[in-house]
Amino acid sequence: MKIAVCIKRVPDTETRIAIAANRTAIVETGVKFILNPYDEFAVEAALQLKQAHGGDVMVVSLGPDTIQETLRVALAMGADRAVQLKTDGAPFDTLSVASALAAELTTYAPDLVLLGKMAIDDYNHAMGPALAELLGMPCVSAISKLTVADGRLTAEREVEGGVEVVTAPLPAVLTADKGLNKPRLPTLPGIMAAKKKPMEVRPAALGVARVVVRSLEPPPERPAGRIIGEGAAAVPELIRLLQTEAKVL
Amino acid sequence: MAPVLAFAESRGTALRKAALEAVAAARSIAGADPVHALLVGPPGIAAVAPELGRAGASTVFVCEHAGFTQSNPEAASALAADRARSGGYRAVVFVSTAQGRDLAPRVAARLGAPLATDVTSLVVTGDEIIATHPVYSGKAIATLVVTGAPAVLAVRPSSFAPEQTTHTATVETIAPIGDPSASRVVVTELRTGGGARLDVAEAPIVVSGGRGLKDAANFAIVEDLAAAFGNAAVGASRAVVDAGWRDHGEQVGQTGKTVSPSLYIAVGISGMIQHLAGMRTARTIVAINRDKEAPIFKVADYGIVGDLFEIVPALAAAVREARRTG
Repeated sequence: MKIAVCIKRVPDTETRIAIAANRTAIVETGVKFILNPYDEFAVEAALQLKQAHGGDVMVVSLGPDTIQETLRVALAMGADRAVQLKTDGAPFDTLSVASALAAELTTYAPDLVLLGKMAIDDYNHAMGPALAELLGMPCVSAISKLTVADGRLTAEREVEGGVEVVTAPLPAVLTADKGLNKPRLPTLPGIMAAKKKPMEVRPAALGVARVVVRSLEPPPERPAGRIIGEGAAAVPELIRLLQTEAKVL
Repeated sequence: MAPVLAFAESRGTALRKAALEAVAAARSIAGADPVHALLVGPPGIAAVAPELGRAGASTVFVCEHAGFTQSNPEAASALAADRARSGGYRAVVFVSTAQGRDLAPRVAARLGAPLATDVTSLVVTGDEIIATHPVYSGKAIATLVVTGAPAVLAVRPSSFAPEQTTHTATVETIAPIGDPSASRVVVTELRTGGGARLDVAEAPIVVSGGRGLKDAANFAIVEDLAAAFGNAAVGASRAVVDAGWRDHGEQVGQTGKTVSPSLYIAVGISGMIQHLAGMRTARTIVAINRDKEAPIFKVADYGIVGDLFEIVPALAAAVREARRTG
């Protein structure tokens, strides 16, 4: 089974964000970058499928040379090979990036393409289904459970107030939600082995970008917090404020 | 300008709130031009078309087919893309729900159209649509310039308030593209876990619990407070989801859901930056915590310091009393 996993380098969740002087990017100095947490679930799912069915796991990421560090993390977890689709910056436009990924994946001809359901930086939740359309593959997004047997997959995905059980034939594109698995940590032998695994670098064949970031702003400040009292004695005052001031009760 | 198409999300033969929000978002950019709605579902779904008319759609295109009894992303996206092509639309509007997030990118890819998702505001200026979109989990707001028509837009839930008009929509029946029963992706079952549980991302009131509850079983008092409101969902911090106390579906924050309810009550949650990112756009925030230095109090409109095991049951009783007399 050939499995491709598309991954992204993102700022750590606990990082504070400072907006750069050009107002279209963040200051990267001093920011800790990690493998996008949802992509970790995707890598882990690929490795578990390889363990069960055999095969090859390729990780692909698009961006400048700094992403090689993130690709090495996936190799250290156990992926077999990595491809960097090289760009100068990190493009925002989903379909532009999707067309570059689709071009690479068409060459690899995977049985399964895995991605995180979203990247925690751009928050788009869109790459998997867009990529699937470009590849002509079926897609199940935001899955929290997966079984693969006899060329078919069965997955569960959380929807508002419920869980959908979904089946589809392979080859297919899947995007991973939290709960799919518990990603392994890279081991020291894994980290050593990753240094010798193949990493190919190719220019990214980006599509035309028709969605661009004009500016980044900090979110509007909330008014300063107010402590209205201590203990259960403050409950009547809270009820009064919720009724008369906030008007939510 | 040209008309704007809103995708009307439904489940079974019921319209989802997201459908009315999609129409509201479409109206916000349509100006004097009409808003059309696309409604797909099993036989009988046409009965809800008048609701879309009252929300402001002038025409509702309805496709009824047994293959839409469950969510059918391949057939729905094929139909939406075909309608978008034939209607000469300025934009196609979805809501960033589980279904909308799945459909909008497919439709954009099919059309070769620009895509903006999780949009919180929209303005049209000439040939461009200017959209705001929270990034880094709400730690920054990106202003996006979307060029080209139709633009495919997915707006964040609760960002566009549905309107109630006296309009009556024209209903046009349309045929599916191909056979919806032959889709490769098949939803075989929708498990709703008994009853109409409110989802944390959709509920007007969210009561969330954190590590301060000390034990999974103690979430009963959070559930009871949510039940006291009647229209509240239970949320959870990452710490308690990672500890296995609660399902990930309830998690609020950067690696969980982003919520914008009218009222958010944080019980025993300290307010780490990644949690605040997921709930800071709530209209009113209440925090109950033992530690008066907890960061949650910096964003809470109303904070109560003290023992949550004493405060939360008292609040639940007071809310029941207020609702009984109010």
